[in-house]
Amino acid sequence: MKNLDVVIIGAGIVGCACARELSLAGLRVGVVEGKSPGCGATAAGMGHLVVMDDSPAQLALTHYSRSVWSELMAELPGSVEYEACGTIWVAADEEEMAEVHNKSRICAAAGVQASVLGPAELSKAEPHLRGGLAGGLLVPDDGVVYPPAAADFFLQEAVQAGAELLQGSEAVFASQGMVRLANGTKLTAGRILLAAGADCSLLPGLPIRRRKGHLLITDRYPGFVNHQLVELGYLKSAHSTESDSVAFNVQPRRTGQLLIGSSRQFDNDDSRAETKIVGQMLERALAYMPGLGQLSGLRLWTGFRAATPDKLPLIGPAGALTGEVADPSLWLVAGFEGLGITNAPGAARLLADQMLSRTSVIDPQPFLPNRFAAQEAVYA
Amino acid sequence: MPDGTVMIFLNGGSVAVAAGSTVAAAMLNAGQPCRISVTGEARTALCGMGICFECRALIDGRAHRRSCQVVVRDGMIVETQR
Repeated sequence: MKNLDVVIIGAGIVGCACARELSLAGLRVGVVEGKSPGCGATAAGMGHLVVMDDSPAQLALTHYSRSVWSELMAELPGSVEYEACGTIWVAADEEEMAEVHNKSRICAAAGVQASVLGPAELSKAEPHLRGGLAGGLLVPDDGVVYPPAAADFFLQEAVQAGAELLQGSEAVFASQGMVRLANGTKLTAGRILLAAGADCSLLPGLPIRRRKGHLLITDRYPGFVNHQLVELGYLKSAHSTESDSVAFNVQPRRTGQLLIGSSRQFDNDDSRAETKIVGQMLERALAYMPGLGQLSGLRLWTGFRAATPDKLPLIGPAGALTGEVADPSLWLVAGFEGLGITNAPGAARLLADQMLSRTSVIDPQPFLPNRFAAQEAVYA
Repeated sequence: MPDGTVMIFLNGGSVAVAAGSTVAAAMLNAGQPCRISVTGEARTALCGMGICFECRALIDGRAHRRSCQVVVRDGMIVETQR
């Protein structure tokens, strides 16, 4: 039986980033992946590195994580396709323009560079947007990566630092420092880190729900779009916690291809693409950028975000979420919803800081899983 | 088959093409690739029946048109898709 300091379950981008951080800190790390690294939500997402200001804690984590990404930039291999394209939050009307000014003030207070664009500046920056839009907010230091390649980079760095990848047989049991794989392999570790995204089979009852999304990729049209474009209404879409919603969200890739999103659906476990919501998503995109209708789409796919009730991830000891019997070995790093790519390197630092009793650069309290323990008790 | 020839503009030069030809045939005749792949390779029509997408070209300003499915027209502007 193999004995390790930490067994990480799940080799998505978050698990891989944690494996890198913990291995570089000198811990003996094993990573368990039943399928292949980065094949879940990591492969399905856009790979937008974005500062989000929807709550002070999310702003702190996304801003910190984006700074860790820029630290890593020089080391990232070309396959990660990092592009510092920036984000433009697009305002359709004066009400949304008021939100642009509000976001601009929040960014300034947080030290995030951002500039307000009027209608003419917006049109110059993105000539294929329709006329009549009110303006936007340019956040120039946001960027784009190809997430599976980024996950692989983190994993290879971890392996070079001594981590072991156990691939091809999924974990079927994880408790009290013991992990058992489907093929019978047993591992023991001081700590077990669940990094399995929306898959809660090893610890049922976690406050995580699957939230389905669709994405489409086009053929190559270099220069058609220059920045990651997101409608300000996206925030309404992302925050509505129950109903299905779509938002205009387009990303330029290094090849000239465009990723077109986005959709959000709760309580839908069907991984097939759905005509109705795809139609709504594309209509929304055409309403902002009519020229998209002349482009060829190549492929459409779905994925499942891991959503928590307060939109913040779970980073730290599982604490009271382990159920009636305390299990101090169980740790969580999950529930990133649409921000797993952005937040992976920052979350990995916060997680390692807690495991190694280091002081963190940002306050880890808002992300501690135990914040949900008190609420559980209410329903007990 | 329509009689005569039509003139098209192909990668900046004017070329006489037999009327009724597909754009893919015109490009192949003129020794021009339909497109350059993402890794920089010259490509031309493979299946010739609209299935393989190897013959995508820029035709009258529209990108990624399957040139084997488009018949030449007088004054048409055709460019290798890059």
